[in-house]
Amino acid sequence: MDIRIDHLTKRYGPQTAVDDISFRVSAGEVLGFLGPNGAGKSTTMKMICGLIAPNAGTIAVGGKSVADDPDKVREMIGYLPESNPLYEDMPVLDLLKFAARLQGVPRDRETQRIREMVEVCGLGLEKHKKIGELSKGYRQRVGLAQAMVHDPQVLILDEPTSGLDPNQIVEIRSLIKDLGTAKTVIFSTHILSEVEAVCDRILIINRGKIVADGAPSVLRAQSHGEQVLVVRIEDAVRDEVVAALAVLPGVSSAAPVGGSMDAYELHGTTGAKPAREIFQLCARKGWILTEMRPVETRLEDIFRDLTLN
Amino acid sequence: MKTIALLARKELASFFDSLMAYLILAAFLGVSGFFTWWFGTDVFMRGLADLSTFFNVAYWTLFFFIPAITMRTIADERKTGTLDLLLTKAVSDRQVVAGKFFACLILIALALLCTLPYWITIASIGDVDNGAIACGYLALLCMSAAYIAIGIYASSLTSNQIVAFLIGLVLVSLFHLAFSVMASSFTGVTGETLQQLSTGAHFDSMSRGILDSRDLVWFGSIVVLGLSLAEMNLAKRLINT
Repeated sequence: MDIRIDHLTKRYGPQTAVDDISFRVSAGEVLGFLGPNGAGKSTTMKMICGLIAPNAGTIAVGGKSVADDPDKVREMIGYLPESNPLYEDMPVLDLLKFAARLQGVPRDRETQRIREMVEVCGLGLEKHKKIGELSKGYRQRVGLAQAMVHDPQVLILDEPTSGLDPNQIVEIRSLIKDLGTAKTVIFSTHILSEVEAVCDRILIINRGKIVADGAPSVLRAQSHGEQVLVVRIEDAVRDEVVAALAVLPGVSSAAPVGGSMDAYELHGTTGAKPAREIFQLCARKGWILTEMRPVETRLEDIFRDLTLN
Repeated sequence: MKTIALLARKELASFFDSLMAYLILAAFLGVSGFFTWWFGTDVFMRGLADLSTFFNVAYWTLFFFIPAITMRTIADERKTGTLDLLLTKAVSDRQVVAGKFFACLILIALALLCTLPYWITIASIGDVDNGAIACGYLALLCMSAAYIAIGIYASSLTSNQIVAFLIGLVLVSLFHLAFSVMASSFTGVTGETLQQLSTGAHFDSMSRGILDSRDLVWFGSIVVLGLSLAEMNLAKRLINT
């Protein structure tokens, strides 16, 4: 089930939280929604769920407009709000049953669905406790379980892994990845490695505008067309090496790496592969080449590049 | 309808889980029992086998208790954020409001049900007009319904329960006290209109056993008005200014 968002705008008073954004998410896609605090991630997610209305633009989930058919859309969506609000005085199982019935899960499938959710989210030992007694990680699992209990085609998860310990994060990630094969998932996060681990596609928004959209690998290529190499050359004079490297074909600049005696960072021109030249240079000069590795542009750098100006 | 019942049941369960329901029941029965059977112009001073003493006491106890029951309904959900959780499920704003209304009404009905022994006691002492007493209970229930609707509206205005309680109490006291007091200092149409706006004008005759459709319509209108305003407050999130 796909999500189509066209020219979405939301203003809070004089402040524009979401500024004319458009994108599509197709079925079976996991979209990572990235952006600094206050970029408009949660606002966009709330609008998709029909919790707040946009000032302009349209949202359609599975061909149904959120504005015209909110009840139908809500049945198809499982939503985990950012602060994960839950009824503290309700036992876990009661909450899941409540959510299942509200979302119209047929009675004969109800017990089975709840049992599945308890198992999938690892709530077995805590299922009879009141939610107010649970730790943050378990609360988060309950939040996920209640969002998924009606087996929705679309999942909107606002920071699903916040407050979880590393083991739980890995579990939830693999859960999202599994879900993503059959369902449409949009999830927001601050943790960039998470996006790489889980998402087919990344959408970075900043100040309400989309600043990047694409697969992690594509974004990386866009951000820096050039290739970065780190080489380690021993038995050589530093200045001589820098000068010789800088004039090699395909190398745009060379500089020693700070803090290391014999490591150098090379920036190649776009598309060039200067590795062979470097090897031959070292062989000619009698320098010992002990290391040569390409440095991938990290997602953190892309993120900072795009959102820090 | 199924959804409303589900929401109401959940709300009732949380009343009983939080001990709120037991406290309200105990306080209501304690206060109304004390003033009906024991203190002041109690039921024995009346010289008549009826429950009008109790109806007068309950008229005042419910006035205080209902804003206390309704104050948390929406305000608390707004504060904890569970309102977002609820409103992103497949339920309409109207169903949410209606669910809360029926939960509160059932709680009050339970409280009134607990006073049925009063009726039995009086009936065993003298010759009672059962129709009149039934009508009196209906009057209490109608008044409660109207005040619950007002209380839920007050609760939808804020995320602070205390503020919701105070707003509810002020709004309810308009109908309970202010309009009839004002009516007494006006004559003619103004006085008559103000008198008709007061709860007393509709409650008194009904609690004496006179069932008039106009009174029922009046209570019904307050319910519809209060709940519609509460629903509008929930729907405000969808309006851009």
